[in-house]
Amino acid sequence: MPEPENPKGESAPAKPETKPRASTRQVKSDPDKRAKKPPRKKKLPKRTGPPRKLPRTPLPEMKEAEKETRKEAVKKPSEWNPNIVVFACNWCSYAGADTAGVSRMEHEPHFRIIRVMCSGRVQPAFVLKAFEKGADGVLVSGCHFGDCHYIFGNERAAEQFAKTVKMVKLLGLEENRLRLEWISAAEGARFAQVINEFTEQVRSLGPSPLSGNHLKI
Amino acid sequence: MREFAVIATETKTWACYDCGKCTATCPIARVGGSLSPRRQVLATNLGHREEILADGNLFVCLSCGLCSERCPAGVGYGSMVRHLREIAYREGIEPECPHGGAFHSLMRMMAKGGTQQNRLGWLTEDLQTAPAQGEVFFWTGCTMYYDAFFEDFQVNSLAATRAAVRLLNRLGVTPVVSPHERCCGHDLLWNGDRKSFELLAEHNVKLVKDSGAKTFVTPCAECLRTWKLDYEPFFTSKPPRILHMTEYLAEHLQELKLKANGQRRVTYQDPCRLGRHLGIYGPPRELLEALPGVELVDMAHWGRGSICCAGSTWSNCDRYAKHIQVDRLREARATGAELMATCCPKCQIHFRCAMQDPNLKEEIEIEMRDVTELVAEALES
Repeated sequence: MPEPENPKGESAPAKPETKPRASTRQVKSDPDKRAKKPPRKKKLPKRTGPPRKLPRTPLPEMKEAEKETRKEAVKKPSEWNPNIVVFACNWCSYAGADTAGVSRMEHEPHFRIIRVMCSGRVQPAFVLKAFEKGADGVLVSGCHFGDCHYIFGNERAAEQFAKTVKMVKLLGLEENRLRLEWISAAEGARFAQVINEFTEQVRSLGPSPLSGNHLKI
Repeated sequence: MREFAVIATETKTWACYDCGKCTATCPIARVGGSLSPRRQVLATNLGHREEILADGNLFVCLSCGLCSERCPAGVGYGSMVRHLREIAYREGIEPECPHGGAFHSLMRMMAKGGTQQNRLGWLTEDLQTAPAQGEVFFWTGCTMYYDAFFEDFQVNSLAATRAAVRLLNRLGVTPVVSPHERCCGHDLLWNGDRKSFELLAEHNVKLVKDSGAKTFVTPCAECLRTWKLDYEPFFTSKPPRILHMTEYLAEHLQELKLKANGQRRVTYQDPCRLGRHLGIYGPPRELLEALPGVELVDMAHWGRGSICCAGSTWSNCDRYAKHIQVDRLREARATGAELMATCCPKCQIHFRCAMQDPNLKEEIEIEMRDVTELVAEALES
């Protein structure tokens, strides 16, 4: 490999792309500009002591009051709002949700989106963790078949989802708390419709027996 | 500092005289891992909390018990690791769980309770079981979950569960198989989550106590270890007689009429929980030797020195684990056996997983079955 041209001699950096940087440095050293520079903020003192710990969510112990709340909630399903976790793929469904938002479509607000790069990333553990932490329903969504950004990621998602459904059924949770949907980036209206349908579906099932109603979205 | 002193006393780590036999025998260290049991024992003795918690190797130990077996000073390395993991878990340090922690999530949900699991979907019509009361309690373990999760590589651990119930029926026993059974909590306990383990233990002990069973039988080596050793403080009254399925069958071997099923050379993989943790080496071998037409050959490492499947607590699955599994399967093939028998569903899962390697498949593939399954197949109809 031939050595790059180096007009400044041995001591200057060898890479050619450092040249423009040298010119900016000259501008910075201009006395007028330096005067305009705002005073530097005082640096925060360095943290000492033990490393910061993340608080652990304690296992929920259902109190009598909570049990009553749950009973009430089951009695009046329309007044109770479920906690839904939505896994949306970066390329289609997340953009679809965005389209729904930009188009100002009205839909149920009781869900949280977790963006994943591909729906194929959503393994059973993700869904089970969501239920463990108290979700009432989980929606997994990705691109339509043939549209996957990674060619076959959504096929993997379908395989993983089938496995997840088996585990959830074995555990004794209702199958209807789970849903797999394909939503493209243009289908804002469809996203709103799926969310409305799924929220109603989970609402009719009532709170998840594993949630203990402790997780408030 | 004080908690480390308690651990050192309880697990006898103070007796360590730094000979390094543990690190020399550790299967992980043998294949190139940086795990050093000796260093961890030293850090515990000195109470170096920061060093222990910052050590990435805390969750690498397979808890196979080979180091404790070889230790001349009798240090309980396994229980020491368990205590240290409990401290780490309290501090919010968790292992990178294989399978994304799916099984740990399942166990924690079972600990919470609230749902009625579909645990009995595997029961076929010819099997007779009782739902709540009986003399013998048959503990299934979580095999139905494993079969659903690992169906990609044809894990069929339920076959052993069905075979065990069939054998019990043949011996004139209608075992209690409860739909309210929950995971025994073995994997949570070994990964430091004692609180969830205690919830599971209390539920399960009450379940078995209410059944009025005098004998408790399980085909799972891990469940047996947990019931025999870790559930001890939870029994409020006299515990039932806790046996592994192979022990129970070995006791009743005379009552079973067995026929030959062709000539076969079989080798036996000692599950670490059954062998080194509980000292049960004889009964499974007795059964295999009693099977007509079966010739039992042991591998180079067998009995107290056997190598484990490298994945007992769902805490680690990495290239070291793979290396150990492949080495072990090569050993099994070297015996000339056409079948590897074992007594633990996890041994089957992990070895079958290792056999999926397309480059090594020819070299290491061997049929795997549970001992109970082999006995049930040899039954005269």
